[in-house]
Amino acid sequence: MTYKKRLDGRDWEETRPIEAKAGNIPNADGSAFFRIGKTTAYAAVYGPRDLFPRFLKNPKKGLLRCFYNMMPFSGMGDRVRPGASRRSKEISMVMQKSLEPIVDLSEWPNAVVDVFVELTETDAGSRCAAICAAAIALADAGITMKDMVSAVAIGKVDDKLVVDLDYQEEAYEDGPVADIPVAMLHNTQEISLLQMDGEMTREELIKALELAKKITAQIYEVQKKALKDRFAQGTEKPKVSGISKGDDKNG
Amino acid sequence: MSKLLIKEKEIVVPGEALAEGMDYLPGTGTYRLNDKIIAKRLGLVNISGRAIKLVPLSGRYLPKFGDKIIAKVTDITMNGWIVNINTAYSAFISMRDATSSFIKKGDDLTKYFDIGDYLRAKVVNVTSQRLVDLTMKEPGLNKLRGGRIIKINPQKVPRIIGKEGSMVSLIKKKTNCNIVVGQNGLVWISSENFDNELIAEKAVRKIEQEAHLGGLTDVIEKFLDKLMGGKK
Repeated sequence: MTYKKRLDGRDWEETRPIEAKAGNIPNADGSAFFRIGKTTAYAAVYGPRDLFPRFLKNPKKGLLRCFYNMMPFSGMGDRVRPGASRRSKEISMVMQKSLEPIVDLSEWPNAVVDVFVELTETDAGSRCAAICAAAIALADAGITMKDMVSAVAIGKVDDKLVVDLDYQEEAYEDGPVADIPVAMLHNTQEISLLQMDGEMTREELIKALELAKKITAQIYEVQKKALKDRFAQGTEKPKVSGISKGDDKNG
Repeated sequence: MSKLLIKEKEIVVPGEALAEGMDYLPGTGTYRLNDKIIAKRLGLVNISGRAIKLVPLSGRYLPKFGDKIIAKVTDITMNGWIVNINTAYSAFISMRDATSSFIKKGDDLTKYFDIGDYLRAKVVNVTSQRLVDLTMKEPGLNKLRGGRIIKINPQKVPRIIGKEGSMVSLIKKKTNCNIVVGQNGLVWISSENFDNELIAEKAVRKIEQEAHLGGLTDVIEKFLDKLMGGKK
């Protein structure tokens, strides 16, 4: 009962400021930038292209491959050891599983679409940011997608349900903390990612998922705007778009 | 009660609802979900009568029967050439489809096309597994000598060509260049004058960037006049 106000002064159901941009990496077939608070993800999509090693080829449909990576300087002061780790492998896998239901690669047998996500700065919620960025980048690459996917973390700090926890909250010491990253399809509201760290009752979980519906809908709007702004009248140069106090220092 | 939720020529993103009600029909790039029509990719909306379809803005080239494309030779086999066609799959040109001249048994195929050569060819067959066969037995299909190859977004090729080739002939006329546009997003530009080649390349890049905007022919005509104005 001691958690009366959020540590950074946000409302219980308020996300950190979100910014998104599409097409920021000219060399890639599709790319995106997604920042939520101090968590920043860059996604680049390459393909559909020829797939190696050959034993991975699927003659029925194309393969989606995801790579999640935190940059060495992205952590909270400690250097993140470069290269694949148990954690990054897991997140690459859950990203792939959460994006697979929306991408349709039946037109591209034996081929692969590679999604590379680099995090330059992390302050919790990095897998959600990675999924949001990857979804924008896939759309930007012109991949056939039946829906858009948006992700956010819903959690419980002490006895309060909160949205989009930052690292301070995740590490809250005076009470139990639970953290549930959720990825949701926009139209059908199907859940394509659901993990949990900590404990929650059944009722709280149902409430948390209702909350996730509301927040992912907000994030979808940001993703949509980022893609539309890419083709705004006159230029094809990407513009930053976001919700709440998004300052324009990346413009 | 059917209702359109978007306007003609609007840019839509995957998952965006385009129309409500059963009076509209889903065209390419869209599908029906319950009573809504949903976009399946990033694209420009095109409404023709009751059908709503999307014109893609980005994406790889998907080989299609009858397309004239530009291919790069990557390997030579016993009976033909393997070529890169700027997509996820490579294509094959067999010896008999490559030239009309007689090739002797055991002849050295590099005499005809060597690795790295660019060819203009036509797609004659695409299987369900995307094995692509090409032919060069048609007027205008040959090896491309000299000049430069530039890569553009394959979805913008129709704008580079323009209505009945109006855009590409405009650039050809103004810059005195030879230009071949492949459906797969490769463009070959060649001219005796190096500067003109560069100007033509710039024009192609400009069209690519502004392809989704209207009144492009006038813009390009002025653009070329400005660049070509300095000399002659």
